[in-house]
Amino acid sequence: MAIPAFGKAYADEILLPAGAAYVGLSFFVAFMLNMLPLTGWVLMIRPDFVAVLLLYWAIQHPRKVGFTPIFFIGLAMDVTDGSLFGQHALAYCVLMAAGVAWHRRVSLFGIQGQMLHVLGMLLVAQLIVLAVAKVAGNAFPGWWYFLPSLSGCLIWPVVCQIVTSPLRPRVNSEEL
Amino acid sequence: MEYSPPPFFKRGPNLVTRLTLFSLLSLVLLFADARFQYMDDIRGVVGVILYPFQEIVHTPARIGRGMMNYVSLQSTLRTENTRLREEAFVNAGLLQKQQALVAENENLRELLNLRPRFEPSSQVASILFAARDPFVRQVVVDKGATDGVMRGAPVIDTLGLIGQVHRVYPWASEVALITDREQVVPVQVVRNGLRAVIFGLGYDGALEVRFMPVNADIEKGDLLVTSGIDGLYPSGLPVAFVDSVERNAAYPFARITCRPASGVGSHSHVMVLGSTESYPERPIAPDQAETDRRERN
Repeated sequence: MAIPAFGKAYADEILLPAGAAYVGLSFFVAFMLNMLPLTGWVLMIRPDFVAVLLLYWAIQHPRKVGFTPIFFIGLAMDVTDGSLFGQHALAYCVLMAAGVAWHRRVSLFGIQGQMLHVLGMLLVAQLIVLAVAKVAGNAFPGWWYFLPSLSGCLIWPVVCQIVTSPLRPRVNSEEL
Repeated sequence: MEYSPPPFFKRGPNLVTRLTLFSLLSLVLLFADARFQYMDDIRGVVGVILYPFQEIVHTPARIGRGMMNYVSLQSTLRTENTRLREEAFVNAGLLQKQQALVAENENLRELLNLRPRFEPSSQVASILFAARDPFVRQVVVDKGATDGVMRGAPVIDTLGLIGQVHRVYPWASEVALITDREQVVPVQVVRNGLRAVIFGLGYDGALEVRFMPVNADIEKGDLLVTSGIDGLYPSGLPVAFVDSVERNAAYPFARITCRPASGVGSHSHVMVLGSTESYPERPIAPDQAETDRRERN
């Protein structure tokens, strides 16, 4: 079963170049989404929007993101989340490296294959954070801890569509 | 002949090198934060920079809540009003009794030459959001250093102690809940005055009294209140109810699990208590006292 709207189209598309301002804006929006004051089960299943967006840029446009800005975004995320300083920074750097290292491989797949890859990468990043937290003496919070990875993988097609759409060249059907 | 690719192909250090570098850097930061709390100043600065964005993000929720208030039914309001009136009536009765008791208590304390009971100042704060990190039990409230909130101040709700101010930003502060990992509160059993220390376990709705002997007089349903001997929490705030006591003679200590008395995580308003009591100077060390007494003799 293939979802028609997505499919392998990405690999063949010619997109407009993404400006640094556009990349920055997308991260700003994702950061704001992460800061939403959610509670209860919504918070439990909330995907890490910054992580998913980071994977999008690392996989689709690996030259557009660098480690240094990602590291600082991670630190800012740590402050707003009240987590240990460097926890998100570490996770984002790992995600970034995984995305860039496998960007050719992942973009060969259809959207479902991409989602599986994204799920794997998000899970590995969460496992690393969990390991660090364990060493720092925290208890395992429960299996729901991994739900954001699952929801992150589920929103992958949506994120791809939304972030790519302004980069598609406008086709004027009236023009000859 | 030395050959290097044109600058066009230069992409900086290898991916693995960069990953290693940044991972090490974050691990160092993690270690510094977890072990030595070196990062609190930087956190403060970043927190201030992010504050306006946080406010922007919270605005829709606030507007939504305002709209919900606006369209709430008159019947709901009337029921709530009646309930609140009844509560106020009951509370007024209790308060009158309490005022008499406070006066009597003060008189008795004066007669016995005891120090007057400490009444901390307090201010109401509303909870902005719960910390999103799954490893911590914290809430962020809307009162900060500019409102005079100090680090370490106790935070209560209508039912009891919910936690302690953990980090202070200029316009907000983080409150570590009593259920947060290794959050320690000195408590006292109301029934018999037995003193104990209660520990947070790092997950919701559970606390543990540790280091109580197997034969300690503590039972299921006992109310534990702050004992006030730490000079941090004022005495008499309800902390937890004993849920179960497991006495196994194979272990030196009983296993006592409790549930918080306060509605941790179910209230939108809390009260941040003010500065703590100024305690008399620490007594001199026992060996010193011994020598002094000997000298006197």
